[in-house]
Amino acid sequence: MNGADAMVKCLKAEGVEAIFGYSGVAIDPFWQAMKDSGIESVLVRTEQNAGHAASGYARISKKVGVCAVTSGPGALNLLTGIATAYADSIPLVCITGQVHSSLIGSDVFQEVDVTGAAESFVKYSYLIKDVSDIPRVIKEAFFIASTGRKGPVLIDVPQDIQEASIMDFNYPEGDPVMRTYKPTVKGHIVQIRKVARELEKAKKPLICVGGGIHLSQAEPKFRQFVEKHKIPVVSTMMGIGVLPTAHPMYFGMVGNNGFLSANKAMKECDLLIMFGARVADRAVSDPDLTLDGKIVVHIDVDPAEIGKNVGPAIPIVGDADHIIEDFLEIDFKDNHADWLDTLNSYRTLKAERKLDGEHFVDPAEFVHRLSTAMKENAIYVADVGQNQIFSCQNCVVREGEFMTSGGMGTMGYSIPAALGAKRADRSLQVVAVCGDGSFQMSMMELAMIHQWKLPIKIVVMRNNYLGLVREHQHYAYKDNYNMVDLGGEPNLERLSSAYDIKYIRAENMKDIDERIKEFLEKDEAALMEIMVDPYATVK
Amino acid sequence: MKKIYSVLVENRSGVLSKVAGLFSRRSFNIDSLAVGETEDRAVSCMTIVSSGDDRTLEQIEKQLNKKIDVIKIKTYNSEQSVSRELMLIKVKYNKSNRREIMENVDAMKADIVDMSENLMMIQICDTPERAQMMIKLLSGISIVEIARTGTLALPKCEEKI
Repeated sequence: MNGADAMVKCLKAEGVEAIFGYSGVAIDPFWQAMKDSGIESVLVRTEQNAGHAASGYARISKKVGVCAVTSGPGALNLLTGIATAYADSIPLVCITGQVHSSLIGSDVFQEVDVTGAAESFVKYSYLIKDVSDIPRVIKEAFFIASTGRKGPVLIDVPQDIQEASIMDFNYPEGDPVMRTYKPTVKGHIVQIRKVARELEKAKKPLICVGGGIHLSQAEPKFRQFVEKHKIPVVSTMMGIGVLPTAHPMYFGMVGNNGFLSANKAMKECDLLIMFGARVADRAVSDPDLTLDGKIVVHIDVDPAEIGKNVGPAIPIVGDADHIIEDFLEIDFKDNHADWLDTLNSYRTLKAERKLDGEHFVDPAEFVHRLSTAMKENAIYVADVGQNQIFSCQNCVVREGEFMTSGGMGTMGYSIPAALGAKRADRSLQVVAVCGDGSFQMSMMELAMIHQWKLPIKIVVMRNNYLGLVREHQHYAYKDNYNMVDLGGEPNLERLSSAYDIKYIRAENMKDIDERIKEFLEKDEAALMEIMVDPYATVK
Repeated sequence: MKKIYSVLVENRSGVLSKVAGLFSRRSFNIDSLAVGETEDRAVSCMTIVSSGDDRTLEQIEKQLNKKIDVIKIKTYNSEQSVSRELMLIKVKYNKSNRREIMENVDAMKADIVDMSENLMMIQICDTPERAQMMIKLLSGISIVEIARTGTLALPKCEEKI
């Protein structure tokens, strides 16, 4: 058995059933060992998308996503995928091939210091120098990636280590013992009781949920908790879908692109519980000012997030699911019926907006109708740009999930992430919604649809502009446009036919429901191009 | 405000760059950094002096704690600890200033550890403030070069941290 065989054996022991990646000489021993291993090797078309596909896979399977690429340029291309996962705390194990260990540091062909390059956006990284370390390293990598605040772990494996023979292969059982890594899981019960007492006293309580609830799979218990105590909930972008968007206790997304009702709730509440959300700049701008005069509770699994952007009155460190379980066991009365009435009256507040539905497809209304027509448990993957904001503001989420690149805002995320999500559960309907800019950043992955039998649905909102930046230049630079014109776009009908993918086009809102139905029917790949007013704005 | 961090880390390759990288990536200051083995060869101790506002100083500790190679962190200010710095200063001297330099060396409880016809090397092992004072005293004559260890510190014997 060589190092590569050992790696595959470890991955099998971790229950891995698909790896997204790309080949190259430095990782070839690994792919050789993968053949006939029973783990599917899914070839992407550029390494960045191996990271995104693994991320989509992780978010739907609730397991660690795995990707593997070669040294040098392969590893460098993967970096954006790793950083994107890191910003959203997605558990990944990323394997990179490395040049011969004796040549490291001599700038040989396709050598790059990837552990050094990735240091500030991985949870941990390893450069394996001894083949006998492989089982321990892989065991630790999966443990680190999937516990505490989740995140990507990088394992750099020189080619000679993959080829070296390994004696006495033994995969450790149970959780690894690491003296320096002990993530906090249970929240402090005294603090939890203190919060319960504050909830009892509060006249205007509010919970702002983030991606942490999804990551700890705490949605069912969370829903039970807010229904029990009738506590209103708003969310960050990463927290969309924690409650179904039509839930009576849900008041929308906060932040600079959020709902008026949600932002008013944030402003007026007297007790704010940030739950699995890191008080990021896009959700809470100027936190010291916004949160002044309120009792702020911050619940996060990462102690470093608490107090980073805002000093909370009551901090709780721990895993969301455990903490909600504790909350459910505490009996307390709530007393804020008036507050709910006030918030409900804010629901009708919507920014005055006139989007042209006669000459173009109104993207806001389209997202609403599309997501309503999708299956109850479908996955909606929004890309980055105006399409993302229209999606966040209008997507109807029921029992399914809403995914997007929140922290990093990586264009081109949606298609590979949707492919990864579909690979995680082929029974699900998966729809990627992108703009014409983000589509062109990952359209090479259309090839994966057939090769790996991953029939996803793709919407391209076409406005011939990099719309969100155009909108920014409209406001900030008085329409002095530069570097935002997407002239020279491909003909998407012919592109779809080149990949043998069904193509649907909508020019305006007439018969839009028919077009959507045609697009969504059957579990087959389809691309829907909708023509959007180039001058439409999200605000 | 200044704070001293005694950071016990796994004695592995790459750990220094991970810790130093954290400081630069998050715009934390490093006023001084000294690294050495502890009584356990598998463990190194990094003594880092940093300055910043309270929130930054707290973040430094929390972010360091997130690093998986970090075993333990102790933090203290200068009153709670004994801190020392070793410095070697090479100066050019002549007949007219030789006496004055030697008086200063005596007054500062420093030592002359090497000497030639017109150069001498002074060693001082003292608090960082007094090491700085030594430089000031010698600034009137020509300093050729200086090497210093950076601050080393341990909490006082009676102080509970």
